[in-house]
Amino acid sequence: MPLNDGSDGFPSALKLLIAGGFGVGKTTFVGAVSEIEPLHTEELLTTASVGTDRLTGVEGKSTTTVAMDFGRITISQQHVLYLFGTPGQERFWFMWDELSSGAMGAVVLADTRRLEDCFPAVDFFESRGIGFLVAVNEFDTTCRYEPDDVRSALDLKPDTPIVLCDARDQRSATGVLIGLMQHLLAQQACR
Amino acid sequence: MLDTDEHWFDDAAGRLIRPYTVSNGRTEPTTRMELLSMVIATGRRPQGQLGPEHAQALGLCDSFTTVAEVAARLRLPAVVTKILLSDLVDWGVVDTRAPDPMADSTNLTVLEAILDALERRI
Repeated sequence: MPLNDGSDGFPSALKLLIAGGFGVGKTTFVGAVSEIEPLHTEELLTTASVGTDRLTGVEGKSTTTVAMDFGRITISQQHVLYLFGTPGQERFWFMWDELSSGAMGAVVLADTRRLEDCFPAVDFFESRGIGFLVAVNEFDTTCRYEPDDVRSALDLKPDTPIVLCDARDQRSATGVLIGLMQHLLAQQACR
Repeated sequence: MLDTDEHWFDDAAGRLIRPYTVSNGRTEPTTRMELLSMVIATGRRPQGQLGPEHAQALGLCDSFTTVAEVAARLRLPAVVTKILLSDLVDWGVVDTRAPDPMADSTNLTVLEAILDALERRI
Protein backbone atom coordinates (compact mmCIF):
# COMPACT_ATOMS: atom_id res chain seq x y z
CA MET A 1 0.00 0.00 0.00
CA PRO A 2 1.36 3.47 -0.80
CA LEU A 3 2.50 5.44 2.21
CA ASN A 4 0.86 8.67 3.15
CA ASP A 5 3.44 11.43 2.94
CA GLY A 6 0.87 14.14 2.28
CA SER A 7 2.04 14.70 -1.30
CA ASP A 8 -1.16 13.44 -2.93
CA GLY A 9 -3.82 15.20 -0.88
CA PHE A 10 -4.49 12.41 1.59
CA PRO A 11 -4.62 13.72 5.16
CA SER A 12 -2.45 11.84 7.63
CA ALA A 13 -3.96 10.27 10.75
CA LEU A 14 -1.99 10.82 13.97
CA LYS A 15 -2.44 8.82 17.15
CA LEU A 16 -2.45 9.68 20.84
CA LEU A 17 -3.18 7.11 23.53
CA ILE A 18 -5.34 7.73 26.58
CA ALA A 19 -4.29 5.12 29.14
CA GLY A 20 -5.08 4.32 32.76
CA GLY A 21 -6.94 1.81 34.87
CA PHE A 22 -10.45 0.50 34.38
CA GLY A 23 -13.13 3.11 35.13
CA VAL A 24 -10.72 6.02 35.46
CA GLY A 25 -12.54 8.06 32.80
CA LYS A 26 -10.67 7.33 29.57
CA THR A 27 -13.77 7.25 27.37
CA THR A 28 -15.17 10.30 29.20
CA PHE A 29 -11.92 12.12 28.44
CA VAL A 30 -12.00 11.08 24.78
CA GLY A 31 -15.63 12.19 24.55
CA ALA A 32 -14.84 15.60 26.08
CA VAL A 33 -12.17 16.48 23.52
CA SER A 34 -13.45 14.65 20.44
CA GLU A 35 -15.37 16.45 17.68
CA ILE A 36 -17.46 13.27 17.23
CA GLU A 37 -19.18 11.02 19.73
CA PRO A 38 -16.63 8.42 20.86
CA LEU A 39 -16.63 5.46 18.49
CA HIS A 40 -16.05 1.84 19.39
CA THR A 41 -14.29 -0.89 17.49
CA GLU A 42 -12.63 -4.21 18.07
CA GLU A 43 -9.23 -5.12 16.74
CA LEU A 44 -7.50 -8.47 16.64
CA LEU A 45 -4.14 -7.96 18.32
CA THR A 46 -1.17 -10.27 18.44
CA THR A 47 0.06 -11.24 21.87
CA ALA A 48 3.29 -12.96 22.74
CA SER A 49 2.45 -15.85 25.04
CA VAL A 50 3.37 -14.99 28.58
CA GLY A 51 3.36 -16.47 32.05
CA THR A 52 1.41 -19.66 32.51
CA ASP A 53 0.93 -20.15 28.78
CA ARG A 54 4.39 -21.66 28.66
CA LEU A 55 3.24 -24.60 30.78
CA THR A 56 1.03 -25.74 27.95
CA GLY A 57 4.05 -26.16 25.72
CA VAL A 58 2.52 -23.85 23.14
CA GLU A 59 5.11 -21.22 22.38
CA GLY A 60 4.74 -18.27 20.08
CA LYS A 61 1.95 -15.86 19.51
CA SER A 62 -1.78 -15.80 19.86
CA THR A 63 -4.39 -13.26 18.90
CA THR A 64 -6.99 -11.65 21.09
CA THR A 65 -9.83 -9.33 20.28
CA VAL A 66 -9.42 -6.03 22.10
CA ALA A 67 -12.17 -3.43 22.34
CA MET A 68 -11.22 0.21 21.94
CA ASP A 69 -13.00 3.54 22.14
CA PHE A 70 -11.66 6.42 20.13
CA GLY A 71 -12.37 9.99 19.12
CA ARG A 72 -11.14 12.46 16.55
CA ILE A 73 -9.88 16.05 16.35
CA THR A 74 -9.27 17.59 12.92
CA ILE A 75 -5.99 19.51 13.08
CA SER A 76 -5.79 20.80 9.51
CA GLN A 77 -6.39 19.63 5.97
CA GLN A 78 -3.19 17.64 6.30
CA HIS A 79 -3.59 16.10 9.74
CA VAL A 80 -6.31 14.39 11.73
CA LEU A 81 -5.65 13.46 15.35
CA TYR A 82 -7.15 10.25 16.74
CA LEU A 83 -7.33 9.57 20.48
CA PHE A 84 -7.48 5.93 21.43
CA GLY A 85 -8.49 4.83 24.89
CA THR A 86 -6.39 1.79 25.75
CA PRO A 87 -8.23 -1.28 27.03
CA GLY A 88 -8.63 -0.77 30.76
CA GLN A 89 -8.36 -4.34 31.92
CA GLU A 90 -4.93 -4.75 33.38
CA ARG A 91 -4.41 -8.19 31.90
CA PHE A 92 -4.40 -6.59 28.48
CA TRP A 93 -1.59 -4.14 29.15
CA PHE A 94 1.08 -6.28 27.49
CA MET A 95 -0.81 -5.98 24.21
CA TRP A 96 -0.21 -2.28 23.95
CA ASP A 97 2.87 -2.88 21.83
CA GLU A 98 0.72 -3.08 18.71
CA LEU A 99 -1.69 -0.44 19.95
CA SER A 100 1.10 1.96 20.72
CA SER A 101 2.87 1.53 17.40
CA GLY A 102 3.01 4.93 15.76
CA ALA A 103 1.62 6.79 18.79
CA MET A 104 2.96 10.33 19.13
CA GLY A 105 2.43 10.38 22.88
CA ALA A 106 0.13 9.37 25.69
CA VAL A 107 -1.95 10.65 28.58
CA VAL A 108 -2.01 8.43 31.67
CA LEU A 109 -5.23 9.18 33.52
CA ALA A 110 -4.96 8.58 37.25
CA ASP A 111 -7.54 8.27 40.00
CA THR A 112 -5.92 9.05 43.36
CA ARG A 113 -8.13 6.43 45.05
CA ARG A 114 -6.53 3.75 42.87
CA LEU A 115 -3.17 5.16 41.84
CA GLU A 116 -1.70 1.67 41.48
CA ASP A 117 -3.99 1.09 38.47
CA CYS A 118 -1.81 3.32 36.33
CA PHE A 119 1.53 1.66 37.22
CA PRO A 120 1.44 -0.67 34.18
CA ALA A 121 0.83 2.25 31.80
CA VAL A 122 3.61 4.36 33.35
CA ASP A 123 6.03 1.40 33.17
CA PHE A 124 5.06 0.65 29.61
CA PHE A 125 5.46 4.18 28.22
CA GLU A 126 8.73 4.72 30.12
CA SER A 127 10.19 1.46 28.79
CA ARG A 128 9.12 2.18 25.20
CA GLY A 129 10.30 5.79 25.28
CA ILE A 130 6.83 7.13 24.46
CA GLY A 131 6.40 10.67 25.80
CA PHE A 132 3.54 10.95 28.29
CA LEU A 133 2.13 12.98 31.11
CA VAL A 134 0.01 11.98 34.09
CA ALA A 135 -3.38 13.66 34.39
CA VAL A 136 -5.08 13.23 37.76
CA ASN A 137 -8.81 13.04 37.11
CA GLU A 138 -10.41 14.87 40.01
CA PHE A 139 -13.62 13.08 40.79
CA ASP A 140 -16.02 14.97 43.04
CA THR A 141 -15.38 12.70 45.99
CA THR A 142 -11.66 12.47 45.54
CA CYS A 143 -9.36 13.68 48.29
CA ARG A 144 -7.13 16.33 46.78
CA TYR A 145 -3.48 15.42 46.55
CA GLU A 146 -0.58 17.61 45.69
CA PRO A 147 1.04 16.72 42.36
CA ASP A 148 4.32 16.07 44.18
CA ASP A 149 2.62 13.41 46.30
CA VAL A 150 1.38 11.71 43.15
CA ARG A 151 4.83 12.00 41.59
CA SER A 152 6.53 10.24 44.47
CA ALA A 153 3.78 7.61 44.73
CA LEU A 154 4.20 6.77 41.04
CA ASP A 155 8.00 7.17 41.17
CA LEU A 156 7.84 9.36 38.07
CA LYS A 157 10.89 10.83 36.41
CA PRO A 158 11.38 14.52 37.30
CA ASP A 159 10.60 15.71 33.77
CA THR A 160 7.29 13.84 33.46
CA PRO A 161 4.54 16.43 33.91
CA ILE A 162 1.62 15.91 36.28
CA VAL A 163 -1.55 17.94 35.78
CA LEU A 164 -4.96 17.95 37.42
CA CYS A 165 -8.04 17.71 35.24
CA ASP A 166 -11.75 17.14 35.03
CA ALA A 167 -12.10 14.51 32.30
CA ARG A 168 -15.72 15.56 31.69
CA ASP A 169 -14.80 19.11 30.84
CA GLN A 170 -13.81 20.02 27.28
CA ARG A 171 -11.52 22.90 28.27
CA SER A 172 -9.87 20.95 31.04
CA ALA A 173 -9.30 17.83 28.95
CA THR A 174 -8.09 19.87 25.96
CA GLY A 175 -5.69 21.60 28.36
CA VAL A 176 -4.23 18.20 29.22
CA LEU A 177 -3.55 17.52 25.53
CA ILE A 178 -1.94 20.97 25.20
CA GLY A 179 0.29 20.10 28.16
CA LEU A 180 1.25 16.84 26.45
CA MET A 181 2.16 18.63 23.22
CA GLN A 182 4.26 21.17 25.14
CA HIS A 183 6.01 18.29 26.90
CA LEU A 184 6.73 16.49 23.61
CA LEU A 185 8.07 19.73 22.10
CA ALA A 186 10.26 20.34 25.17
CA GLN A 187 11.63 16.79 24.89
CA GLN A 188 12.65 17.51 21.30
CA ALA A 189 14.31 20.77 22.32
CA CYS A 190 16.47 18.82 24.81
CA ARG A 191 17.80 16.45 22.16
CA MET B 1 -27.13 5.60 10.68
CA LEU B 2 -27.43 2.31 8.94
CA ASP B 3 -31.19 2.19 8.67
CA THR B 4 -31.30 -0.62 6.14
CA ASP B 5 -29.16 -2.70 8.43
CA GLU B 6 -30.96 -2.18 11.68
CA HIS B 7 -32.85 -5.43 11.74
CA TRP B 8 -29.49 -7.21 11.62
CA PHE B 9 -28.32 -5.46 14.76
CA ASP B 10 -29.45 -5.94 18.33
CA ASP B 11 -28.28 -3.43 20.94
CA ALA B 12 -27.63 -6.14 23.52
CA ALA B 13 -26.43 -8.98 21.33
CA GLY B 14 -24.63 -6.94 18.66
CA ARG B 15 -24.57 -8.09 15.06
CA LEU B 16 -26.96 -10.94 14.43
CA ILE B 17 -24.77 -12.54 11.78
CA ARG B 18 -21.29 -13.89 12.35
CA PRO B 19 -18.69 -11.27 11.41
CA TYR B 20 -16.76 -13.42 8.96
CA THR B 21 -19.95 -14.21 7.04
CA VAL B 22 -19.70 -10.81 5.37
CA SER B 23 -16.16 -11.58 4.25
CA ASN B 24 -17.10 -14.99 2.86
CA GLY B 25 -15.08 -16.65 5.58
CA ARG B 26 -11.85 -14.87 4.59
CA THR B 27 -9.70 -13.70 7.48
CA GLU B 28 -6.94 -11.80 5.65
CA PRO B 29 -7.33 -8.61 3.63
CA THR B 30 -5.65 -8.53 0.20
CA THR B 31 -4.21 -5.08 0.95
CA ARG B 32 -2.42 -4.59 4.26
CA MET B 33 -4.31 -1.99 6.25
CA GLU B 34 -3.94 -0.43 9.65
CA LEU B 35 -6.58 1.07 11.93
CA LEU B 36 -5.42 4.53 10.93
CA SER B 37 -4.98 3.92 7.21
CA MET B 38 -6.86 6.59 5.28
CA VAL B 39 -9.49 5.55 2.76
CA ILE B 40 -11.57 7.47 0.21
CA ALA B 41 -13.86 6.56 -2.65
CA THR B 42 -12.20 7.06 -6.03
CA GLY B 43 -15.48 8.05 -7.67
CA ARG B 44 -15.27 5.13 -10.08
CA ARG B 45 -18.45 3.13 -10.35
CA PRO B 46 -18.21 -0.47 -9.21
CA GLN B 47 -18.58 -3.06 -11.94
CA GLY B 48 -21.55 -5.17 -11.04
CA GLN B 49 -23.69 -5.10 -7.93
CA LEU B 50 -21.97 -4.67 -4.56
CA GLY B 51 -23.14 -6.75 -1.61
CA PRO B 52 -24.82 -4.78 1.20
CA GLU B 53 -21.75 -4.63 3.47
CA HIS B 54 -19.46 -3.59 0.62
CA ALA B 55 -21.98 -0.95 -0.44
CA GLN B 56 -22.23 0.37 3.14
CA ALA B 57 -18.45 0.49 3.47
CA LEU B 58 -18.14 2.35 0.16
CA GLY B 59 -20.85 4.79 1.26
CA LEU B 60 -18.78 5.65 4.34
CA CYS B 61 -15.78 6.59 2.16
CA ASP B 62 -17.37 9.64 0.47
CA SER B 63 -14.85 11.86 2.25
CA PHE B 64 -11.49 10.99 3.79
CA THR B 65 -11.88 8.65 6.71
CA THR B 66 -9.97 5.87 8.48
CA VAL B 67 -10.36 2.11 8.67
CA ALA B 68 -11.17 2.53 12.39
CA GLU B 69 -14.07 4.90 11.69
CA VAL B 70 -15.51 2.70 8.95
CA ALA B 71 -15.29 -0.31 11.28
CA ALA B 72 -17.03 1.55 14.10
CA ARG B 73 -19.82 2.81 11.85
CA LEU B 74 -20.33 -0.63 10.27
CA ARG B 75 -20.23 -2.13 13.78
CA LEU B 76 -17.87 -4.77 12.48
CA PRO B 77 -14.49 -5.87 13.90
CA ALA B 78 -11.60 -3.98 12.32
CA VAL B 79 -10.18 -7.16 10.79
CA VAL B 80 -13.41 -7.83 8.86
CA THR B 81 -13.69 -4.19 7.82
CA LYS B 82 -10.16 -4.35 6.39
CA ILE B 83 -11.22 -7.28 4.22
CA LEU B 84 -14.25 -5.38 2.88
CA LEU B 85 -12.19 -2.25 2.23
CA SER B 86 -9.36 -4.18 0.57
CA ASP B 87 -11.94 -5.71 -1.80
CA LEU B 88 -13.08 -2.19 -2.67
CA VAL B 89 -9.43 -1.21 -3.26
CA ASP B 90 -9.00 -4.26 -5.54
CA TRP B 91 -12.08 -3.20 -7.49
CA GLY B 92 -10.72 0.32 -7.94
CA VAL B 93 -13.54 2.08 -6.11
CA VAL B 94 -11.57 2.99 -2.96
CA ASP B 95 -8.04 4.34 -2.59
CA THR B 96 -5.98 4.02 0.61
CA ARG B 97 -2.79 5.29 2.25
CA ALA B 98 -0.98 3.88 5.28
CA PRO B 99 -0.22 6.31 8.14
CA ASP B 100 2.75 8.59 7.49
CA PRO B 101 5.75 7.05 9.30
CA MET B 102 7.38 10.50 9.46
CA ALA B 103 4.51 11.94 11.52
CA ASP B 104 5.96 10.91 14.87
CA SER B 105 6.85 12.66 18.10
CA THR B 106 10.18 13.89 16.69
CA ASN B 107 8.41 15.89 13.97
CA LEU B 108 8.35 19.46 15.31
CA THR B 109 6.15 20.76 12.50
CA VAL B 110 3.46 18.22 13.27
CA LEU B 111 3.69 18.75 17.05
CA GLU B 112 3.33 22.51 16.62
CA ALA B 113 0.39 22.09 14.24
CA ILE B 114 -1.40 19.95 16.84
CA LEU B 115 -0.60 22.41 19.63
CA ASP B 116 -1.95 25.34 17.57
CA ALA B 117 -5.14 23.49 16.70
CA LEU B 118 -5.74 22.49 20.33
CA GLU B 119 -5.17 26.03 21.60
CA ARG B 120 -7.77 27.29 19.13
CA ARG B 121 -10.31 24.90 20.65
CA ILE B 122 -10.14 26.46 24.11
